[in-house]
Amino acid sequence: MSDIIRRDPRAEWIARNRLHPLHAEMAAPVAETRGPSGLIRKNPHAVGFIGPNGIKRIDRMGGNSAAVGMRRGAKSAQQVELPLHKVESPDFYVVAVVDMVGGRLTGHDKDVLGQAHKLIRGAEGNGAVMAVVFGEHKEEAFDKAGVDRLLHLTGSEFDGYCPEQKVANLVEIEKQYQPRYWLFPDSINGGNELGCRLAARLGERPATQAWQVDRETSVCRGSGGLQDITRATPRLLLLAEECADQIDETRHEVLAVELDTRPSIINRLQDCGQVAVDPNSVSLAEAEFILSAGNGIRDWEQFHKAAEVLGATEGASRVAVDDGYMPRFRQVGATGTWVTARVYVAVGISGAVQHMQGIGQCDKVVAVNTDAGCDMVKRADLSVIGDSQKVLEQLIELARDYRQGGAENAA
Amino acid sequence: MQPELNIVALVSVGQHPKSGRARRAEQDARAVELGLRLSGEKVQVLHAGDVAEESLRSYAGMGLKQLRVLQQSAGADASLALGDYLSEHQPDIVLTGVRAESGESSGMTPYLLAEKLGWPLVTRIADIAKIENGEAEILQALPRGQRRAIKVRLPFVASVDNAAEAPRQSAYGPGRRAQLEPLPWVEAADEVRASFDEAPARKRPKRLKMVKAKTAAERFKAATAKSQGGGGRIMKDEPPREQAQAIFDLLLEEGVLR
Repeated sequence: MSDIIRRDPRAEWIARNRLHPLHAEMAAPVAETRGPSGLIRKNPHAVGFIGPNGIKRIDRMGGNSAAVGMRRGAKSAQQVELPLHKVESPDFYVVAVVDMVGGRLTGHDKDVLGQAHKLIRGAEGNGAVMAVVFGEHKEEAFDKAGVDRLLHLTGSEFDGYCPEQKVANLVEIEKQYQPRYWLFPDSINGGNELGCRLAARLGERPATQAWQVDRETSVCRGSGGLQDITRATPRLLLLAEECADQIDETRHEVLAVELDTRPSIINRLQDCGQVAVDPNSVSLAEAEFILSAGNGIRDWEQFHKAAEVLGATEGASRVAVDDGYMPRFRQVGATGTWVTARVYVAVGISGAVQHMQGIGQCDKVVAVNTDAGCDMVKRADLSVIGDSQKVLEQLIELARDYRQGGAENAA
Repeated sequence: MQPELNIVALVSVGQHPKSGRARRAEQDARAVELGLRLSGEKVQVLHAGDVAEESLRSYAGMGLKQLRVLQQSAGADASLALGDYLSEHQPDIVLTGVRAESGESSGMTPYLLAEKLGWPLVTRIADIAKIENGEAEILQALPRGQRRAIKVRLPFVASVDNAAEAPRQSAYGPGRRAQLEPLPWVEAADEVRASFDEAPARKRPKRLKMVKAKTAAERFKAATAKSQGGGGRIMKDEPPREQAQAIFDLLLEEGVLR
C-alpha cells in the first residue's frame, strides 16, 4: 500500500449526516458515557484523534468529522524490497573483473555487470555472474549491482601496482572455473590493462571498446573511434562505458567463492609509489580532490595555505572569480569547469544552480557554511555549519600534525 | 646515458580524428620523441606495413636518418612480424604507443610482444627518468594527472601515454631525404580480422534516464524534485575542532590525503 493519504468522501459524508443509518459506525467512539450512578463520565483519552502530522487534534464539531482524521493517522512507511535473484549450482560462470576505484564500484563496473547478466539471459543452463575484486574494498551494494558470486582476493601481495600478480590469479580462475566469458571495463583505471594482459596470456583475441554485445555478435569501436567493427563475440571482452543497462530491479546473492590455489610470482615491475605532483598543475576537470572557495571566504591567505597543506587543487565559485580573488580558469560551474573530483570541499559556497551543475559528478561533497539552509548543505554528504575561518584553521593544524606524524612513523 | 643502449620505437600510420587523413600517430610520435631523447639518433624506428606510405616520412622528419619497414600487405598481422624481428634483434627497450589510430586499434600489440619476448611490460609511461646498471626508473601516467614511479630491469616493453612529452615538429626536407629501408619479411595473414565487418562509426545511442515510477504522484515527484543527496550529516553546534576532525576523517577515509 502506498503512503499517499486518500480521502474517503463517502465516509466523510456519512460521518457528517447524523440521519444516515451507518452514522454510528463511521463516527468516532463516544468519549461520554453514563456511569452506573447515572452521572456523565468523560474519557479524556478518547477525545480527539491523531492528525496527519502525528499531533493529537480535538474536534469541536461534535465528532462529526472524526472519521476523516482516523484514516489519515495511519501512515504506512514501507521500504520496497527488490526480488532476490538466486542461482543455485550454476552451470557456467561469466566473470567480471571490476575496477573498484577508491574501493567502490564505478558506474562503468556496474555497466559491465549489467552486460554480464545480458549475456546470461536466454542462454540455456544456469549462469552466474562472478565479480573478481582485488584487495580491500568499501562497497556495500554488491547485491544491487548484480553480483551473484564474489571472489574477493585479499592479501599484502595486492597492495600497490601489481598487474602481473593479478594476471597470475586470473589465470588460476580460468583453470578452476573455466568461465564462459571474461568481461573487463575498458577503462584507464586498470581494467584495460588487466584485460589485455590476460588476453595475451591466454592467447584470446579480445573485443576492445565493445559497446553493443550479445551472444552472437559484438560491435566495437576501431580506428581510434572512427570505425565500427562488427565481429563474432569472443570469450574475452573489454567493454566501453554504457555498454548495457545497469541492474536495478533485482537483488543478488553475493555468495563468496574461493580460489583453491594462490599462485606466487616474482613481480618484475617494482612499484616505488606515487610521485608527488603539484596539485595545482593538475587540470581542474580531472583533479581528484578540490578545495573550493566562495563568497564566504575572508582570509584568502589562509585558504591558499589550507589547499597547500591538504594537497588539494584549488577551485572557486563565480563570485570569488568575479571579485578578482581567483583566476578565471579556477572557476567551477556551468560557465567554468565541470569537475569530476572524488572529494569536493566547498568552503563558503551556498550553491547556486550553475555551481551545482558543475559538481554534479563529484562523489563526496563537504560543505563548510554559515547558513544551514543553503543548497550546498542539502547536496553535501557532510556539512559543517560555522565560521569557515576557524574550521580551516583547525583543519590546517590537523593536516600538519598528520604530515609530521607520518614523517616520524616513516623515519 | 649509456651509449650502447639499443632502443626500438614502433610506429604505425595514424589517422586524423576529423578528416581521417593519414598522419603520424600522436602516441607513436611521443614514443619516437622519448627514444630520441634517450639515445639520440641511434634510436631505431620500426614499422610493419607498406614502405611507400607517405606519412612515415613525418616520423623521419623528426631527425632520423633511416627507418626500417617490415614489408607487409594491408591484411597481415603486424604483431607477429614485429615479434619475430624483435626476438631476432633483442633490443634493450621497445617503445610503442598505447593504441593505434587506424585498423582494429585494440592496443594489444605491446602486450602480445611482451608475452612473446617474455619481457616485462610497463603501460602508459610518461617518462623514463634514468637508466642505471641495467635498471630503468619509469614514470607511469595515472588517471587524474597523477604519476607513479616504477623500477624495472632491462630489457622491457613500454607503451607511451599521451602524458609524455609532446613530439618535436617534423621537418619536411630531412623527412624526404631519410632512407626508408624495406626488409622483406615472412607475413602471416590475419584471418580473424578478415571476418570483421567494418563500417563508419555510428553515433551511440544516449542512455535515457528511466523513470520507474508506478503511480502518477511518483512520476510527478521524479519530474519536479531537485536532485539532492538527502542523508548528509550536518554538524551544527560542535566546536570547530570537532568539525574539522570530522572533515579530516572523511578525507582520510577517501584516501585523498597523501
